[in-house]
Amino acid sequence: MHYTIAYEINPWMSLKRQANRARALAQWTRLHQLLTRQLGARVRLLPPAPGVPDLVFTANAGLVSGRTLIRSNFRHPERQREEPLIERYFRRQGFRVVRLSSRCDFEGEGDALWVGRTLLFGFRFRSDAPVHEELARVLGARVLPVELADRRFYHLDTCFCPLDGEAALWFPGAFDRYGRRVIERLIAAPISVSEQDAARFVCNAIPLPDPSGGRALVVHSGLSASLRRRLARRGFRVYPLDLSEFLKAGGSAKCLVLTMGP
Amino acid sequence: MPSEIIRLSGHIIDSLILPKVLDEIMDLDGTFEIQDIRIGKRKADPSSARLRVEADSAQRLDHILKRLARLGASPVHVTDVRLVRAPKEGVFPAAFTSTTNLPTEIRFRGRWRMVRGIEMDCGIVVHPATGAAVCTPMARVRKGAWVVCGADGIKVTPLERTRAPEVFQFMGSAVSSEKPKAQLIQRLAEEMRAFRRARRKILVVAGPAVVHTGSAPYLERLIKAGFVQVLFAGNGLATHDIESALYGTSLGVQLDCGVAVKDGHDHHMRALNTIRALGGIRQAVRRGVLKRGIMHACVARRVPYVLSGSIRDDGPLPDVITDTLRAQDAMRRHLDGVGLALMIASTLHAIATGNLLPATVKTVCVDINPAVVTKLSDRGTFQGIGIVSDTESFLRELTRALHL
Repeated sequence: MHYTIAYEINPWMSLKRQANRARALAQWTRLHQLLTRQLGARVRLLPPAPGVPDLVFTANAGLVSGRTLIRSNFRHPERQREEPLIERYFRRQGFRVVRLSSRCDFEGEGDALWVGRTLLFGFRFRSDAPVHEELARVLGARVLPVELADRRFYHLDTCFCPLDGEAALWFPGAFDRYGRRVIERLIAAPISVSEQDAARFVCNAIPLPDPSGGRALVVHSGLSASLRRRLARRGFRVYPLDLSEFLKAGGSAKCLVLTMGP
Repeated sequence: MPSEIIRLSGHIIDSLILPKVLDEIMDLDGTFEIQDIRIGKRKADPSSARLRVEADSAQRLDHILKRLARLGASPVHVTDVRLVRAPKEGVFPAAFTSTTNLPTEIRFRGRWRMVRGIEMDCGIVVHPATGAAVCTPMARVRKGAWVVCGADGIKVTPLERTRAPEVFQFMGSAVSSEKPKAQLIQRLAEEMRAFRRARRKILVVAGPAVVHTGSAPYLERLIKAGFVQVLFAGNGLATHDIESALYGTSLGVQLDCGVAVKDGHDHHMRALNTIRALGGIRQAVRRGVLKRGIMHACVARRVPYVLSGSIRDDGPLPDVITDTLRAQDAMRRHLDGVGLALMIASTLHAIATGNLLPATVKTVCVDINPAVVTKLSDRGTFQGIGIVSDTESFLRELTRALHL
């Protein structure tokens, strides 16, 4: 594992507040075990590499659709070094890799999340608005761009998490009034979270089918009791996990995984 | 005002990007016009829109465009104009861009530059050293000049819709004899007063019928009262005006009683001969031979005039320019600063002047024959508005409305 805080590219990162590598490895291993053993998910691992500490946040590698990967164009040069590694891995796995026009930034599933058959696309801090047109063309789907308004929630997956066709976790304060209206129109029953919960990255959660038949949600353990109750009432079984070392880099559960298929 | 055309596409309706762009433009004190919009029929179909964004300064426009670029709206014009050298004197390159009479800008070395002296059916010559773009008629292009070709990097701005109710809005553009003329003339008089107050030039193009119908004294009053800054006419108007000043007749007809004078048919030839003997109209005024009339008023009030010749002219007067290209150039020289053009009872000179005028000049065409007015707009002077009226009654009403 090469994860560390080597630079500052979002408001959460501070070179003065270093991650404990051993603890980070333990937290990551627990997440892997939870996903594979308890929840029965099939997980493929992207091999780590030195010099790219954020490669662990695989959600930003790109967007997978069928056997195609739309590869990210990272905004920061620090993360652009991940691009060739990602591309090589996916090609070896037999994926078709689509590169977007190099003039525009796009940070994969970090900024693009499916809600049913519509892709919600967050732009401003890491991805550029014009990408939405290209995504719609490549995917042949409706792509709705929404502007992110709060620098702390620099990726869409830090403030929005679609749970199923009808529900989603979101922090409304991270969007402007247009974005809020788009989401309210798109999601029948959104669950809005408080600023404290949002700052603990509860929206950066992984929704999965639960082996018991219901719905599971893997989330950082800092979530409030009230949110936990609201989720339980909606039929979600919460799997809290301590991911505090990754929060130091501005990431949590969802940032650590990329959806490869249904 | 500086403007730029931008394009937006994708799912811009459902994502509220389009309303957001429009709100942003207004919040940043810009204005917009939706030139084209296509809305997808099914959910997955993208939509697209083309907008013209305008702001009161280039700086503000730049600020708006930067903000819109973040929302994914990109300017349509990102390339410079294509320039090709003129192959011969008076010959444009084959793919030259033919101009309209609307305000036109070209993008050269990444900057938008206004084309100077815009008129329809010309080419645009660019001086690479200064970047100046000048509208140039075909006959005047020099060999080797850089001429704009193709359609890239050219922006034509449609005329702004008038906000305040004014005579030009009131009349619309349709030509009809069935319009309330007294009202129209009243509004036109108000407009002319406003132009005089603002020290903007009023151009009058007049045909000989002004003299034949006995309305020359009204035009003379307009000139004397400072409502005419330039006069364009032909040999006919000047000759008959001088004939009436010297003999009291027009084509031999006594203007005060409408009776043909014995041996009056040669009055206009004698008038021509007198002026030719003196060397020109100005000399005739100076020598005290010409004491009244339209041309006298022009000389006395120092109102410049351009008399252009035609193939059927008698004489002509020494002041008449018989080389049509030189006459066009002489007319062009007086167009700078003209805000209103009043064309009265003239077909050929009205169309010739209309061809030279930018669309921003308000044009009023008065003729008893509706076909003349229609013809003017059919030849491209679409900004012209027509008043179908007898010349004498129009000018009489106009001078009355101006309290002259």
